[in-house]
Amino acid sequence: MTTSPASESGISQATLTHLQRLEAESIHIMREVVANADNPVMLYSVGKDSACMLHLAKKAFYPAPPPFPLLHVDTTWKFQAMYQLRDRAAEEAGMKLLVHHNPEAMEKGINPFDHGSLHTDMWKTDGLKQALTKYNFDVAFGGARRDEEKSRAKERIFSFRSANHRWDPKNQRPELWRQYNTRKSKGESIRVFPLSNWTELDIWQYIHLEGIEIVPLYFSQPRPVVERDGLLIMVDDDRFPLRDGETPEMRSVRFRTLGCYPLTGAVESTAQTLPEVIQEMLLTTTSERQGRAIDHDQSASMEKKKQEGYF
Amino acid sequence: MSKDMKDPVYVTDQLIADDIDAYLLKHQHKTMLRFITCGSVDDGKSTLIGRLLYDSKMIFEDQLASLENDSKNVGTQGQDIDFALLVDGLAAEREQGITIDVAYRFFATDKRKFIVADTPGHEQYTRNMVTGASTADLAVILIDARQGVLTQTRRHSYLVNLLGIKNVVLAVNKMDLVDYSAERFYEIVSDYSHFAKQIGMDSFLPIPISGLKGDNIVTHSENMPWYQGPSLLAHLEEAPISDTAMQDHPFRMAVQWVNRPNLDFRGFAGQIGAGTVRPGDAIRVLPSGKTTTVKSIVTFDGNLDQAVAGQSITLTFEDEIDCSRGDVIVQSDQPCEVADQFESTLVWMAEEAMLPGRPYILKIGTQSVTATVTEPKYEVNVNTMEHLASKTLGLNAIGVVNISTDRAIPFEAYAQNPDLGGFILIDRMTNATVAAGMIHFALRRSQNIHWQAVDVDRDAHASLKNQKPAVVWFTGLSGSGKSTIANIVEKKLHALGKHTFLLDGDNVRHGLNRDLGFTDADRVENIRRVGEVARLMTDAGLIVLTAFISPFRSERRMVRDLMAEGEFIEVYVDTPLEVAEQRDVKGLYKKARSGQLKNFTGIDSPYEAPETAEIIVNTVELTAEEAAERVVARLLG
Repeated sequence: MTTSPASESGISQATLTHLQRLEAESIHIMREVVANADNPVMLYSVGKDSACMLHLAKKAFYPAPPPFPLLHVDTTWKFQAMYQLRDRAAEEAGMKLLVHHNPEAMEKGINPFDHGSLHTDMWKTDGLKQALTKYNFDVAFGGARRDEEKSRAKERIFSFRSANHRWDPKNQRPELWRQYNTRKSKGESIRVFPLSNWTELDIWQYIHLEGIEIVPLYFSQPRPVVERDGLLIMVDDDRFPLRDGETPEMRSVRFRTLGCYPLTGAVESTAQTLPEVIQEMLLTTTSERQGRAIDHDQSASMEKKKQEGYF
Repeated sequence: MSKDMKDPVYVTDQLIADDIDAYLLKHQHKTMLRFITCGSVDDGKSTLIGRLLYDSKMIFEDQLASLENDSKNVGTQGQDIDFALLVDGLAAEREQGITIDVAYRFFATDKRKFIVADTPGHEQYTRNMVTGASTADLAVILIDARQGVLTQTRRHSYLVNLLGIKNVVLAVNKMDLVDYSAERFYEIVSDYSHFAKQIGMDSFLPIPISGLKGDNIVTHSENMPWYQGPSLLAHLEEAPISDTAMQDHPFRMAVQWVNRPNLDFRGFAGQIGAGTVRPGDAIRVLPSGKTTTVKSIVTFDGNLDQAVAGQSITLTFEDEIDCSRGDVIVQSDQPCEVADQFESTLVWMAEEAMLPGRPYILKIGTQSVTATVTEPKYEVNVNTMEHLASKTLGLNAIGVVNISTDRAIPFEAYAQNPDLGGFILIDRMTNATVAAGMIHFALRRSQNIHWQAVDVDRDAHASLKNQKPAVVWFTGLSGSGKSTIANIVEKKLHALGKHTFLLDGDNVRHGLNRDLGFTDADRVENIRRVGEVARLMTDAGLIVLTAFISPFRSERRMVRDLMAEGEFIEVYVDTPLEVAEQRDVKGLYKKARSGQLKNFTGIDSPYEAPETAEIIVNTVELTAEEAAERVVARLLG
């Protein structure tokens, strides 16, 4: 808090910092969900935004553990380090961890090397719908932020999805003050984004300030990578099919976002501490999503994916 | 890039590179301001926001590359960068060339993080702007310097004021297109001042800018040396934040959720809406009125010594008292009101029009109740501010209505505390949010918590006097005989052993209402106070007689709504204007006719005769004595 000398009334006031205000808002949103939902769940992707969201959930319901499970819609292609942190983080929070694998994708052996965008469509988009239907969740927390992408600037904090999980940008409810209308019609579900008003820098600063554990992949260290289609891809396990002439080489790299390892580009970096990572982020001149292969498919692709049900 | 652009000056690149730890430490103490920009498409709103994002370096190189590309393909600025494209959103909108909603943008300086609510200017404007303004600490109202104050400007300003935003910046944009003329700027400011006064806007800060050229956005413009005030960004960095201002208010927190992890812990979680709380504070839970003391302020980071408006916390109490979601925890000696009928402003946000009498879900604080609009009073034309008679409200209409809820709820007037005075209405069938509402005041305060502690209640007072309390409200033209008849009625009741009191226009204006004049607003306040006093007297068991012209139906209705069912008896003293003027006991009609007396009822100010008075006495047909007998017979019959 920043204390100002005196207000007009002569009583000294304490102005909350931007992180304190953002934190209070996120906690308020989470409590509204828990007070109103029948069966809420938190989508957990193990990235830094998920780490932040989980930390806020612990704060919101303290001293109780967050009264909902974590759901990881897995593709089986995440980095090994992510699986390790995922299991530990859930246990430390005292929360149940649900992991869903799309059985159809599993059976067909869908992978990012042979199936292109079908990989994301089936594992993530379809997988998420399957999991929400299977467990009958009516509200799902997600870690998306409005600053990530232009189309998200207009996303509501409480975003309604039809029975078939589609998002209709023309049929969303106005959100006034701190009043969220959480009533839903039969079959409808709600995606709730408690981090809507956070920016990437806010997230990093908060992680730094609160000492939140994140996957070590965010920090630079020598890792085996190959260069493909302009992206540095880490060879995280032996399922990686090397092309002719490709040999993994050890380079000091880190990741700005985390997803399926064959789809996530690394950046060359020397940042080994959180302040160094933040420093690098502030001095770089490309936006966060550049490292994700998914966005380059077509213009406004996030929006299209969102309408189809991918977050 | 255009030559017109200045280098971004608000990111301390050097500190980031030299000492990141120092940079982080500095930025931990940033505050956050939320603001809304209001303007029409041509006012340059998107360009201004794009400029702020650009100057604070929130645009990355890849975005800039695509922006430059887009500017050439679809931009409107020739070879220059079209900042408006930066704040564009959904693909469908982009194709149609319109924006349909509220978008939130983010940028930061060394001192503050900013969240900008951007609302497009077209027919859906009212709904979107009200939504964006509801969370704003400040509003930037844009004016095109060439156009001056337009109808839209008035509409934007009215909405900003309606939502209670205290910090208003009048950004006179496109100064480059009027040769940076000081004369033009002050002409617009003068026009606007006049209008601001009309709508009750206390203050605003005018800044001459050019969003396109960057004048007075970040730094002082060399093109306008005559302007001595702050640049837009400098002002945004210093403007006060609403949550902070609410710290001076008595403590209020709506309970969101009761935290019971085990038998030993029972905490009440919520976000503080107003005031400050410390362990040991005496608090009251509304609507039950139960009192206890705060035991601890529990957070994940340890117990706190103090928490302030805006913080999300969990409270524990010294005593085990009932408290659940929807209840409001308040400072014990300064509780808020509890009521079930309100006068409110409604902003209608749905295609389907508002229907009086239809039950809606009203969500206020953390509580949902069933509510109906009992009486639409009038609709406001947001362009002219005129009041129009209306029985309904369509999409984007704003009106004043009476609302009744199925149970009493703790609340505060919106103007005092938006957190407990702002509400939404939800359609029970579609679950859509159909309206935003702002409470003015309660119509019936029967549930007020102060009164629950009273052991000798109104029934006890009345039964001791062996009478049924009532307000006998005489209304009619000046000189119609109200006071004369009321006086006789009181004598008759007194003789019958009834405890009465006569409130007369003159005796009230000499004391209680000596500060009031005869403007419409003062007349309304005069009647409101009389109504409140009469109400207290009925609680004391008295039969109250009042003799006031009370020319407007709405004020008589207001008093009627204050009283318990059946205790308001309206007596219309029906005397034709010619007869009253002929009598002219006090010589007032003569003065009014000669123009010495303004706003005189019947002459240059209307009298609205009652439509459903309990008693009508015609003083042409009846003597004062006969009229009084008729009133007494009705009262005791």
